[in-house]
Amino acid sequence: MEYVILFYEGKESMAERTHPEKSEVYWGGWMSYMKAVDEAGIGRGGAGLQTPDTATVLSLKNGKKHVQDGPYADTKEQLGGFSIIDVPNLDAAIEWASKSPAFAKGRIEIRPALQTP
Amino acid sequence: MSTEAEIEKVIEKIMKASYGKLLSALCSRSRDLEACEDALASAFSQALDTWKGGHVPNNPEGWVFHAAKNKLIDQKRKENRKFENRSTLVQLEEEKSFQEEFDFKDHRLRLMFVCSHPSIDESVRTPLMLQTVLGLDSAVIASAFLTSPAAMMKKLVRAKQKIKLAGIAFEVPDINSLSERTEFVTEAIFAAYGKSWDSLGLIDTHLTDLNEEALYLSNLLVELLPNEPEAKGLLAFILFCESRKSARRSNIGEYIPLDEQDVNIWNRAYISQAENLLQDAFSKGRLGRFQLEAAIQSAHCARVKFKMNNWTAILKLYDGLLSIAPTTGAVIGRINALSEVQGLEIGIEALKNLPPEITQNYQPYWALKASLLFKLGRSTEAINAYDIAIGLSQDEAVKNFLRKKMV
Repeated sequence: MEYVILFYEGKESMAERTHPEKSEVYWGGWMSYMKAVDEAGIGRGGAGLQTPDTATVLSLKNGKKHVQDGPYADTKEQLGGFSIIDVPNLDAAIEWASKSPAFAKGRIEIRPALQTP
Repeated sequence: MSTEAEIEKVIEKIMKASYGKLLSALCSRSRDLEACEDALASAFSQALDTWKGGHVPNNPEGWVFHAAKNKLIDQKRKENRKFENRSTLVQLEEEKSFQEEFDFKDHRLRLMFVCSHPSIDESVRTPLMLQTVLGLDSAVIASAFLTSPAAMMKKLVRAKQKIKLAGIAFEVPDINSLSERTEFVTEAIFAAYGKSWDSLGLIDTHLTDLNEEALYLSNLLVELLPNEPEAKGLLAFILFCESRKSARRSNIGEYIPLDEQDVNIWNRAYISQAENLLQDAFSKGRLGRFQLEAAIQSAHCARVKFKMNNWTAILKLYDGLLSIAPTTGAVIGRINALSEVQGLEIGIEALKNLPPEITQNYQPYWALKASLLFKLGRSTEAINAYDIAIGLSQDEAVKNFLRKKMV
């Protein structure tokens, strides 16, 4: 079964990505996690996301294409990336998600992937 | 040839005795609880139509299982057709393995652990088990959990959707998450046993027979979790209560309260088995709700040996129980013990201090209040309380017992 794992990170954790001293630990953690997922043969893709202030929001207003900078939700934790894994059941997905660096520093949401008809 | 009434009886019997077993065997493969419930319901009505005018098969339970299984396989086939982008070969392969993996085994305990998964809303875990494993209808469950049938129904449906879509494993969890999930399993078995206890004098035998199911499941749980003291506590509790079953009614069906029961007909074998279990549970050094519930029953059963109740010990046990699981039943039980130890007036005072919203419709509250007032000689107030207690009782034998007290 395919699950999408959504990693939510706090602002501090996201700032570690480019922090002079902390970035090595930050990236090291994610790299070894992604490697373990690969080794297990369960990875089905995913990506890390740039910080929310880089987001462009697109909508249709009065029949016109409307493009704007934000507004993004200013919550404590932001979507920092996602990964798709193929595992037998929810417990296995929980097990994998809890191995990720986001488990200690943020919040993780696990959603079953929608099967296309 | 069997008459339609006879066949209906056979079917009703299977529904009562084997519902949870059938359902758990079906969903061990399909995970879709609602689809399994529907398949089972239509298999029962198919059985009625097919057996009518002919004979009931040798293994009616197995017949119903296969009929329900076939319905699920048909449904799977139909669903598969919706996924047009998959090759026919892949589809056939899937259907074949789906079909082969059905296995008519008792998976009730596994289903209970599915229902207690942490990703399911906590408040619906026990009700969900009562509905799927023990076959209680949602109205009965709603009344036990003090909510409306419609609200309970909605919660149950949502939980079943979650199990299906989130891909919760149909397995007994690994040892790390066992104990947090065991709590909900023990609670469901306890609730089912309580339902059967309260319905001893009622016509609906399904509820009355729940004691057998509860005893069976708690035995199974002890086997599965030999190191879990709460599982042993629960089994001990049930055995203590069951030991007194035949003493709860006279030969002509009159209600006999605990303190008037003939201890000579209590089941000694059950009592000693329960004592051993409880000792074993205590030795683990992890006290919990069901060990305390069992210890209270043990103290009552000690009357066999000592000819009297040790109310001081019972009161202490209730204090412990209330600190872990403050249920209304335990609150009333404690006040009863309190009145035995510290006197009737103190008991009445304690009853007065309870919030009316929890006592208003609670029969044991009114029955205890009536009895305390009566002993204090406050007969007008006692009669009023007895009246309300009678109105809140379902059981005719209990009503008669209370009526006699009023005279």
